[in-house]
Amino acid sequence: MSDTDAIPQFKRRRGGGTEIGVAGGMSALAAGPGIRSVREVLAIVLVAVIIIGGTELLLNLFAVPQYVLPKPSEIAVALVSDFPLIAPHLGHTLVELFAGFGIGAVAGLVLAAVITQFPFAEKIITPYILLLVTTPMLALVPLLILRFGFGYEPRIIAVALASGPMVMINAATGFRRVDSGKIALARSYGASTLQIFWKVRAPMALPMIFVGLMVGSIFGLLTAVGAEMVGGGFGLGNRLTSYSSMIQMPQFFAVVLILSILGILIYVLFFLLGKKFASWEA
Amino acid sequence: MSAAASTEPKLRVNDATKVYSTRSGDLLAIDRCSLSVKAGEIVSIVGPSGCGKTTLLWSMSGLHKLTSGEVLLDGAPVTGPSPEIGMVFQDANLLPWRNLDANIRFPFEIKGTRPDRVWIDELLNRVGLEGFGGRMPRELSGGMQQRAALVRALSFKPSVLLMDEPFGALDAFTREEMNRLVEEIWLDRPTTIVLITHSIDEAIFLSDRIVVMSPRPGRVANIHEVPFPRPRSLEIMSTKDVFDLTNSIKLEIVGKQQSRYARTSAIAPAQAAS
Repeated sequence: MSDTDAIPQFKRRRGGGTEIGVAGGMSALAAGPGIRSVREVLAIVLVAVIIIGGTELLLNLFAVPQYVLPKPSEIAVALVSDFPLIAPHLGHTLVELFAGFGIGAVAGLVLAAVITQFPFAEKIITPYILLLVTTPMLALVPLLILRFGFGYEPRIIAVALASGPMVMINAATGFRRVDSGKIALARSYGASTLQIFWKVRAPMALPMIFVGLMVGSIFGLLTAVGAEMVGGGFGLGNRLTSYSSMIQMPQFFAVVLILSILGILIYVLFFLLGKKFASWEA
Repeated sequence: MSAAASTEPKLRVNDATKVYSTRSGDLLAIDRCSLSVKAGEIVSIVGPSGCGKTTLLWSMSGLHKLTSGEVLLDGAPVTGPSPEIGMVFQDANLLPWRNLDANIRFPFEIKGTRPDRVWIDELLNRVGLEGFGGRMPRELSGGMQQRAALVRALSFKPSVLLMDEPFGALDAFTREEMNRLVEEIWLDRPTTIVLITHSIDEAIFLSDRIVVMSPRPGRVANIHEVPFPRPRSLEIMSTKDVFDLTNSIKLEIVGKQQSRYARTSAIAPAQAAS
């Protein structure tokens, strides 16, 4: 009986055809296409070659000056030759991102977990969290620099303030998804409030937590770079202002490229984490 | 409340009353329901929807607090969930992020006890789920999920099994298969079972007694003995006695409502007279 019982959905997943990504809560951000076959890989490479090669060709054809838009080849050369100069700045940006995002994410997660247990407190606090989400934290950077100087501190604070509320608001949405049936189930075995939290609420919130971490870390990156552009002598954002003021466009775009890659890596990281730990949500 | 019976009932409900406070005022869900269930007995509760069956069952499990009245398990009041009681819910209620094995482990993780692997494997075999331990709930059919839920409820050997419309979401054939499975497991190891159902057939097939509840507020309207021998084969289930019992229960549940439509229904008055 068991074999005929298995629902076709399961077979479809294995049999290929449509790719079922990390669905549900993750779908908006993480339902990336999966690479399937050699033919698809070839098509992807071909499109990339056409776009990059075409840009190179057009820039050559219309003799666009380098200070307006450097050719892809020039950017590539700058990336390789100037990378030793850029690398320390990348390191600084990463330090700010990891520290700020770490602080923000932990605070956001804890706050979301606590606040959703007390609906009344949640009502009072939520408007302020929304205010933090909607206010660009970059606006505070000049103030933070006045208070904390040109070191890491103002940037880390700005990153934490930008990413924390983002993590919090998404995680809270996850924690609020109460399935009274599952909670009753746990209670019927005599589960304590803490057990219900760790064994039912937290796993149920996990897909939304990953969404929050992803959005929060991307916001953190934006804020780190923005804060570096405002003031201080190091970091990738500082390189952007510096290169553009010196009209070193290939180097400028090399930094932009590094930032794009960083963003994509963050996206892929959380996509994979979501796929591993939250793919049950169909 | 009568004087103490010759043998102490396994489960006893005395004057259970539950009032829900809602925005539009208080709602009397069940009103002075009394009921006793002997050890190893299967009792079904049937009644029109909204008559408080679930409220009554959840009160028995200790998940709901009664407004007044009490529930006694082996003579001791039930004030909260008890390890002696296993629940099976309306849908299978498996945790979707855990595979089948981890779902069955769940009660033991909560209770902090060690699962009896031999017993669980035996149960899994019995319900035909051996080798499915690694599957996620979404990879199982509705019937398989409900069988897994049954294994989970029986895994810690509760002496009472409370089932809240357990097979309501399944198709008719799967449902009958599940009923036979419950009967088979019960014949092997008689557990006290209280079952809520919408299906009179299911109630007659499984029960020693059937409790009929009145529409809201829920009261115990009638209790039927089900005298048919077990296992209840298809032959037994198609006898006239079963047919008559089905009809009289149906009339008790639907009869009063049907009289409202007496003018448009030709059979209702004739049946009500009989």
